[in-house]
Amino acid sequence: MPENREYFNRRLHSLLGVIPIGIFLIQHFIVNHFAVYGASSFNAAASFMESLPFRYALEIFIIFLPILYHAIYGLYIVFQGKNNTRRYGYFRNWMFLLQRVTGVFLLIFIAWHVWETRVQAALGVDVNYDMMADILSSPWMLAFYIAGVLSATFHFANGLWSFAVSWGITITPRSQLIMTYVSIGVFVVLSFVGIRAILAFINPDLANI
Amino acid sequence: MSENNVVKFIITRQDSPEEESYTEEFEIPYRANMNVISALMEIRRNPVNAAGKETAPVNWDMNCLEEVCGACSMVVNGKPRQSCTALIDNLEQPIHLEPMKTFPVVRDLIVDRSRMFDSLKKVKAWIPIDGTYDLGPGPRMAENKRQWAYELSKCMTCGVCLEACPNVNNNSEFIGPAAVSQVRLFNSHPTGEMNKEERIESLMGEGGLQDCGNSQNCVQSCPKGIPLTTSIAALNREMTVQSFKSFFGSDK
Repeated sequence: MPENREYFNRRLHSLLGVIPIGIFLIQHFIVNHFAVYGASSFNAAASFMESLPFRYALEIFIIFLPILYHAIYGLYIVFQGKNNTRRYGYFRNWMFLLQRVTGVFLLIFIAWHVWETRVQAALGVDVNYDMMADILSSPWMLAFYIAGVLSATFHFANGLWSFAVSWGITITPRSQLIMTYVSIGVFVVLSFVGIRAILAFINPDLANI
Repeated sequence: MSENNVVKFIITRQDSPEEESYTEEFEIPYRANMNVISALMEIRRNPVNAAGKETAPVNWDMNCLEEVCGACSMVVNGKPRQSCTALIDNLEQPIHLEPMKTFPVVRDLIVDRSRMFDSLKKVKAWIPIDGTYDLGPGPRMAENKRQWAYELSKCMTCGVCLEACPNVNNNSEFIGPAAVSQVRLFNSHPTGEMNKEERIESLMGEGGLQDCGNSQNCVQSCPKGIPLTTSIAALNREMTVQSFKSFFGSDK
């Protein structure tokens, strides 16, 4: 496939965004959501995830490498475009811009988030409810995390829409419009799950349950 | 409007491809039913700018004057379009005229659209019918297919979709929406279909359709109303099928 390298890279970028990164995002949010039922519930779920067999292989091949590729190639795509929403203020052009803005923000957010949680875990710190409650006790960090969650859900939902176009699933304007509604639904539902989990970490009533 | 009215223009000018661009203002007498081209002709007749100074007449490109050739495309009040159908009565003043800077500027409002024609060559936007003997009549085309293919054939390579596309610029090799839609046109033709794979392969090459970022500005901007984003998505499907076929193998 050497003459089609760019095609291959671009399609791989599109595919990885949904499988596995999108799937991982949903799984991550669902595990986080255990915090809504109290600290011990979250801690049990987190330690279950930590105790999964082949943990390092799963982390490397399902999380780190795909995200790293998606982020680096995504940055390359960002630099290829010249945004023109000022002149062409159409809905899809704004989505095009927001997809790039949230992507770059997520690169910063995820790097920080991984440093604060996974890298600290590797250094021997316990990742649990208290750790997140401690991080999110700062209003700045709370805002940063909420922005991170909303960026991730937007980037994933809108990415699903362009995935459907890029792979030729939705061709007609009508199917693309319906996919827009579907992607809005995905955005709303995932944002609800993600934000609810974050708010559970700053709820003092849940800390001792 | 009365006879004494003037039409104000702010025109982005550039003396040669290497030089910096600058703006110059013009005020020309209003006439009924003027379009941007007749206003530019007026400036050519009397090349004096708004300050009353004699200047070089503004250069622009034109040909058919009925929005089918695409030569007179320029950015009129922020939107790329054909200047022949840009009626003065419908435009807010002062009227801003700029060249489509996605393309290399030759002089003033004239741009070099060669990259579009190179893209058409790259994707083989033609139907090979030459042979060493008479090949006879080709297969017939279904009428319903002919009708939608006709819509695609309205493309005049004017460059408006490339100007509107955020991914067509000097950082990227992307060929842009126009050539992509032409692949769909020639692949739908019963004789052209025989070389379908070659065109799809070329679309998967460097600067090919994979560089589309789905901003969909093209379909909003096309003066001929060509369903460009439908063509893009349809060819994305063709490319997906083709890549599976060529990797896993299949009869052509």
